[in-house]
Amino acid sequence: MRLTAFLIILTLASALSVVSLQHQSRNLVTAIEREQVRTHALDVEWGQLQIESSTWAAHARVEKIARERLGMVTPAKDALPSVDPSVLR
Amino acid sequence: MRYRPLIRRCSGESAAEMKNNFTFNHNPLLSERLPVWRARFVLITLLLCSVTLLARAMYLQGMNEEFLQAKGESHYSHILAMPATRGRILDRHGKTLAVSTPMKSIGAIAELAQLSPVQVTQLAKVLGMDTREINRKLASQKDFVFIKREVPPDVADRVAALKLPGIRDEDEYRRYYPFGDVATHVIGFTDIDDKGQEGVELSLDDQLAGKPGSRRVIQDRRGAIVEDVESIRRPQDGRDITLALDEDIQYPAYSALKKAVEVNRARAGAVVVLDARTGEVLALVNNPTYNPNNREHLSGAQLRNRVLTDTFEPGSTMKPFIAGLALESNKFRFDSLIDTGPGAYTLDGATIHDTEAHGLITVAQVVQKSSNIGAAKIALTMRPEDMWNMYDSLGFGQPLRLGFPGEVGGRLRPYATWRPIEQATMAYGHGISVTLMQLAHAYLTLAREGEQIPLSLTRVDAPPLHGRQIFSPEVARQVGTMLEMVVGPGGTAPQAAIPGYRVAGKTGTAHKAENGRYTNRYVSSFVGFAPASDPRFVVAVMIDEPNGKSYYGGDVAAPVFAQIMTSALRTFGVRPDAPIVPMQVARAGPKPREEM
Repeated sequence: MRLTAFLIILTLASALSVVSLQHQSRNLVTAIEREQVRTHALDVEWGQLQIESSTWAAHARVEKIARERLGMVTPAKDALPSVDPSVLR
Repeated sequence: MRYRPLIRRCSGESAAEMKNNFTFNHNPLLSERLPVWRARFVLITLLLCSVTLLARAMYLQGMNEEFLQAKGESHYSHILAMPATRGRILDRHGKTLAVSTPMKSIGAIAELAQLSPVQVTQLAKVLGMDTREINRKLASQKDFVFIKREVPPDVADRVAALKLPGIRDEDEYRRYYPFGDVATHVIGFTDIDDKGQEGVELSLDDQLAGKPGSRRVIQDRRGAIVEDVESIRRPQDGRDITLALDEDIQYPAYSALKKAVEVNRARAGAVVVLDARTGEVLALVNNPTYNPNNREHLSGAQLRNRVLTDTFEPGSTMKPFIAGLALESNKFRFDSLIDTGPGAYTLDGATIHDTEAHGLITVAQVVQKSSNIGAAKIALTMRPEDMWNMYDSLGFGQPLRLGFPGEVGGRLRPYATWRPIEQATMAYGHGISVTLMQLAHAYLTLAREGEQIPLSLTRVDAPPLHGRQIFSPEVARQVGTMLEMVVGPGGTAPQAAIPGYRVAGKTGTAHKAENGRYTNRYVSSFVGFAPASDPRFVVAVMIDEPNGKSYYGGDVAAPVFAQIMTSALRTFGVRPDAPIVPMQVARAGPKPREEM
């Protein structure tokens, strides 16, 4: 009689824990799905930022800004000093 | 309790009373005996019914359970597609040359999309389209019609917010090429379904393309995923491809070529830069070019890749090879004298001309001054077979097999069919057609002391250990010296010189053949390498039909070569191997002034 009662209580407890764990697991799955969606969104953003950075760093743009806004020029051939390694040693 | 007396009373009534005034229980009909089979029949029928139901239940539950389970599952379990992205294309330093980014396409299911004029106007406003165009698309006979493709995700969200019936969005990818038209002939492009159409996008499509996967999940009422049941196929993202291309060399090559084509009012031009140590293709430029991000008005001329898929008669750029063969044969030395006469030489009724009379010159001067007669005379002392073998082993006449779509091999006719005049013209690059890449590859062999190595469009991390020796190192060095003389005083290309570096190269000015006849249109070229003491780069420049002041390779192509080579040497920090005159040397001691 006592054993039966004990077993019934055990079964009940187990059943309830199954329900609660199921619930927890579903919550966790939802959470991981949410994070995966976020990962994907961040991936997308990364790709777009790459495009943006490449666009900003495009040689044509850099050259234009260097020449027009900053007034830079390619040094004349005789303006380039050359370092003699034997002197430095 | 109150009824009990009543019942008792009833049962206490006499039989006589019942006959006249009977109750239901004492209905005389009841006393009549029914046949036994009727009761049994009903019982058995009922039993049979329940057995049938039980059997059916057992059948559904036990033996044919998949069907119902599948039915049930279909209400909560779904198969979701898992998209895979196409790999990126990177330059050798990891700069992004091509990248896919998700986009939406807006489509309509014809049956459901019965939009009011107001709704169409709303949709047109969000999509930035004309209402008539949308109406035309909605009137289509097809079940599903795209209204607009490659819509940015935020615009698609606004369309979804309109909640129009029958209007759906679908995921798709769009390929972006941040560098636009600079490197487009190498990279190529993809079509609207993200499949490679040209260039590396096409040749390496199987590596770049991702394989979409799918998985089964259980979704709750609101569509949130509550259980991951199984993964049917894992999505596989495409691989990133790292090209050998160097954006820091590609751009200067692009802008130098663009300027040269404009200044010379040329029809087209092409440049290729090779790494002499590894055989990598560091830059490949064509002009005219196109922007791969916007391909609405593409012409064939823009699409053509003159480096790999077009051939031309190379002209004098072939002379170093005949000189190499001459030295290799031991019939000639570096300074053997050849009589080029008054600048015209008749053979088989055809006359070969030099630009001016050179008289008695050495083999080296034949290359330096680009004497057609000299080259022809040298060639005529060779067996056609030997010449053919040399051209063949240098790779002319067969595709390079770089894995690039549409590569051609040029034309090198079998030596058995050569007439002497053809053998003579082939020595200075007529009657043979090559691609610019083949030419650069052949010069790479000279730059590597006669050793031939394969080329690569993708980055090579370990340079090839052994190549094939085409010329002996001694011969290749001597030819290299001749090529340095071309750039030096008395040569045909002083404009190819770069202060501080020893430059070796050769000009080419070839008449263009059309319908079997030579015209007065030219292909000007220059191919060379630097620094000559330890070559790092091979640069080949080709300008098609220059219409400027000059059409000579030394005036048209050589300056482009010098510009590109200068920036390549500077970008890679290659040490000068020649004294600069006047040379400024920073000495140890007081700090040099700022403006130095």
